[in-house]
Amino acid sequence: MNHKSITIALAGNPNSGKTTIFNCITGTRQKVGNWPGVTVEKKEGTVSKYGYNLKIIDLPGTYSLTPFSVEEIIARNYVLEECPDVVIVIIDASNLERSLYLATQLREIDCKVIFALNMADVARARGLKIDADKLSELLDLPVVFTVGNKNKDIDILLQKAIELAESKSEIPQKRKVKYSKDIENSIAKLQSFIEKKIAVKFPYNTRWMVIKLLEDDRILKEHIVQKTGNNSQDIIQEAQALRKKLVDRFDEEPEIVMTDERYGFIAGIIKEVLTTSTKNRIDISRNIDLVLTHRFIGFPIFIFFIWAMFQLTFSLGAYPMEWIGIGVDGISALLESFLSESLLKDLVINGIIAGVGSVIIFLPNILILFFCIALFEDTGYMSRAAFLMDKIMHLIGLHGKSFIPMLMGFGCNVPAIMTTRTLESKKDRILTILITPFMSCSAKLPVYIILTGTFFSAKAGTVIFAIYLFGVIAAVVSGRLFRSTLLRGADAPFVMELPPYRAPMLKSVLIHMWDRGKMFLKKMGGVILIGSVVIWFLSAFPRNIQYSVDYAAEIVGVNVLYETKIKVDAKVDDRSCMQSIEEERDTAIRKIKLAQDAEKMEKSFMGHIGKKLAPLFAPLGIDWRGGVALLTGFVAKEIVVSTMGILYAVEEEESDAFQKAIISSGMTPLSALSMMLFVLLYLPCFATIAAIKRETGSLKWMFFSIAYTTSLAWVVAFSVYQGGRLIGLN
Amino acid sequence: MLLSEMKQGQSGNIIHVGGSNILRRRILEMGLIKGTKVYVEKYAPLKDPLELIFKGYHMSLRVEEAAQITVDNVKQDLR
Repeated sequence: MNHKSITIALAGNPNSGKTTIFNCITGTRQKVGNWPGVTVEKKEGTVSKYGYNLKIIDLPGTYSLTPFSVEEIIARNYVLEECPDVVIVIIDASNLERSLYLATQLREIDCKVIFALNMADVARARGLKIDADKLSELLDLPVVFTVGNKNKDIDILLQKAIELAESKSEIPQKRKVKYSKDIENSIAKLQSFIEKKIAVKFPYNTRWMVIKLLEDDRILKEHIVQKTGNNSQDIIQEAQALRKKLVDRFDEEPEIVMTDERYGFIAGIIKEVLTTSTKNRIDISRNIDLVLTHRFIGFPIFIFFIWAMFQLTFSLGAYPMEWIGIGVDGISALLESFLSESLLKDLVINGIIAGVGSVIIFLPNILILFFCIALFEDTGYMSRAAFLMDKIMHLIGLHGKSFIPMLMGFGCNVPAIMTTRTLESKKDRILTILITPFMSCSAKLPVYIILTGTFFSAKAGTVIFAIYLFGVIAAVVSGRLFRSTLLRGADAPFVMELPPYRAPMLKSVLIHMWDRGKMFLKKMGGVILIGSVVIWFLSAFPRNIQYSVDYAAEIVGVNVLYETKIKVDAKVDDRSCMQSIEEERDTAIRKIKLAQDAEKMEKSFMGHIGKKLAPLFAPLGIDWRGGVALLTGFVAKEIVVSTMGILYAVEEEESDAFQKAIISSGMTPLSALSMMLFVLLYLPCFATIAAIKRETGSLKWMFFSIAYTTSLAWVVAFSVYQGGRLIGLN
Repeated sequence: MLLSEMKQGQSGNIIHVGGSNILRRRILEMGLIKGTKVYVEKYAPLKDPLELIFKGYHMSLRVEEAAQITVDNVKQDLR
C-alpha cells in the first residue's frame, strides 16, 4: 500500500520526556544512527498509523537554538533545512516557563508547531493548572496534554499532528514574540534591506534570519556568505551597523536584550495560562536530594552506587556467563564429533568458536552495566553525579559533565567518546576524549578476570578495583598535564539543570540497554570475528613445522613404558594403584602434547611476530605470547583474552585450563599485574580510535592519543615490574 | 550582593548577570533574567557548585559563575 508520508520531528528540553514519547510512538521499530558528519545520536522510527507513514525524528534535547553546542546546531539545522511537516515540541508541563523559551524560538523559524504538554500528571500533582485552550489561542497552535507513558494521549497527539500537517492553512505569522520598539524597528529596516538586496531565495523566513543577524549568529552569517557571495558583505555590514546602534541604545548586546524580551513575552503568556494553587505538599524529589547530595553522606552514597553497579555487573553477570560458557563448549564439542579432521574444522573450532565464544561470554556483563548506566540517566542521578563531582573535575580543568562520558567509559569507550558532544567547549571535549580511554572499558575486564582469578584469586575483587582506580588516577594526572600544556584555557560554564528524580521506565531502560548490547554484538559479528580468524591463521600456519623433538615417538615411548609398569604392578592387584599409574601416564602424555603445541605456536607466523617484539615486552615481564595477545587487542580489547586462549590454553577441555596454562607459561603475580596495567593504559581499540578521529576531527589528536596512551602504558608497566622485582616481589 | 555570597536557604532577586558573553547568554536562556527570584537550595558537599531554584526548577552553577551575578532583596526564606 502506498501511504502518504509525513515527517514529524520531536523537539524539546533535555529531561522533558521526549525520549519516552519517542519510544512510546516507535516502540522497537527505531533506528539509531548518527547525524551526518557528527556522532550525536540520531534516532528515527517509522510507524504506519491512520493511513499514513509517519517518520518520527528525535531531535537532540536542547534548551535553546543558539548555536553554542553541537546538539543545538543539529536541532536547528534539521528544522531549517529538512523542513519536517510538523514539529512536536515536548514541553515539561511542570516547567512551562523555561520550556516555552525553546518553543518560541521554534515558532520564529516558520514551521508547523504543535505543543505536547508532557508530564501533565506531575504538573497537576504540583498544583499547577494550565489552561491549554488559552495557550493554544495565544500562540495560535494546537496544544495536547500528554503523559509520556500513556498510549491514549500519544494517539491524540499523533492525530493532531497529522491534522496539522495536512491542513493547507498558512502558518500563522502573528502571535510570535514581539520585541520592543527599537528592536522591531531594526528588524524592519534590515528586513527591507535584505529583500531588496538578495536575489537568492533563502529557505527560511526572513524575519527569523534578520533576528539572527542582529544576534550576530555565527552560523547564519556563514550561510549567507556561502549563498550570496558578493552581496553578503553589504548585508552583514548593515546588520553590524544596526547592531551597533542597538548596543548604544541599550548598553547591552541585542541578543541579551532579545533573550530578556522573549522571557518577557513568555511571562505574559504564563500569567494568562498558568494558575498555581499554593497547596503545601512534600516535594519528594527535593527530599531525596537532601540525602543523595548531602554534605557528609552524599559522596559515600555515590561511591556505594558505583561500587554496587560493578558488583551487580560482575557477580550477577557470572551466572549467565556460565551458561553461555557451557553453551559454547557444547557447540564446540558437537562440532568436534561431527566434522571430520580438516583445516576447516580447525578454523571453525579453534579460530571462530574459540575466538568469538570467549568474547560473547561478556555480553551479560555489558548488558547489566548499561542497564545500570541507563538507570542512572533515567532517574536523574547522573546529573547529581556531575553536581557532586564538578569540584573535583574542575581541578583537572574539566566540567562536571565530563564525568558522565568518563563513567560511561567504564562500559565502552566508543559511546563514551560520543557523549562528549554534550560538552560545549571544544577544548573540554578534546581533553575528555583524550583521558576517557583510561577509564577501563568492559572489554578489558575479561583480561583482569582471567589474570586476577589465576594469580590473586582470594583478592581478585580488590585487585580489579585497584586497577580501575589506577586508570582514574592516570586520567586525572593526564588531564591536569594537558590542561596546563596542550589545552590551556578556561573551561565551559557549569550551567546544568538538576531534573527532578523520576521513577525510570523499564521499557526505555531496556531499549537503551539493548542498543548497547546490539553495538557489542555487531562488533562480535564483524571486527572480532575477522580478528579471531586472522589470529587463528597466524597461529595455525605454516602447517609443515620441523619439530625439534619427535613428539609422536615420545608419546609412543611413554605408552610403552607405562604398559610395562602396569604389567608389573598389576600383580599387586590394587585398583587404586592402577588408577594412579594411569593418571601419571596421562599427565606425562599431556605434558608432551603441550610442549608440542607450544613449539608449534612458537614456529607459527604469530610466534615469529611475537618473538620479534619480545625485547619490547620482556622488561615488562610479559612473554612473547602476552605480547602477541596485547598486539591483537588493537582490533578489540576482548580479543586479548581469546588470543591468550588460543596461545596458552590450546584445546583443553577442563574449565581451569586457562589458569593452568598461564601459570605453566611462567607468568608470576607481578608480571600479571604489569600486564593488566599495560592493558588498562595502552592504545585504545580500533573502534575507539575511529571515534577519537571523528570526534576531535583531526588525525593529529588521534595519533597523539595512540602515542600517549601506549608510551604511558609501557612506562607504568615497566616501573611496576622492575620496581616490584627490586623490592623482591615476583 | 553577589549570588555567590548568598547562603543556603536564602532567596533574592537578580539584578544583573555579568561575565563572558557565552556564559551570560546561557544563564539568561535558562531563565535567570533580571527580576527573577532565586533561592539557594544548597551548596555541593565540596562547597562548589551550588544549586538554585527559580522558575520552578533546579539548576546548578559554579561559585565563580555565581560571582558574576548580582542580587538584592536577599533574605532568609522558607521553602
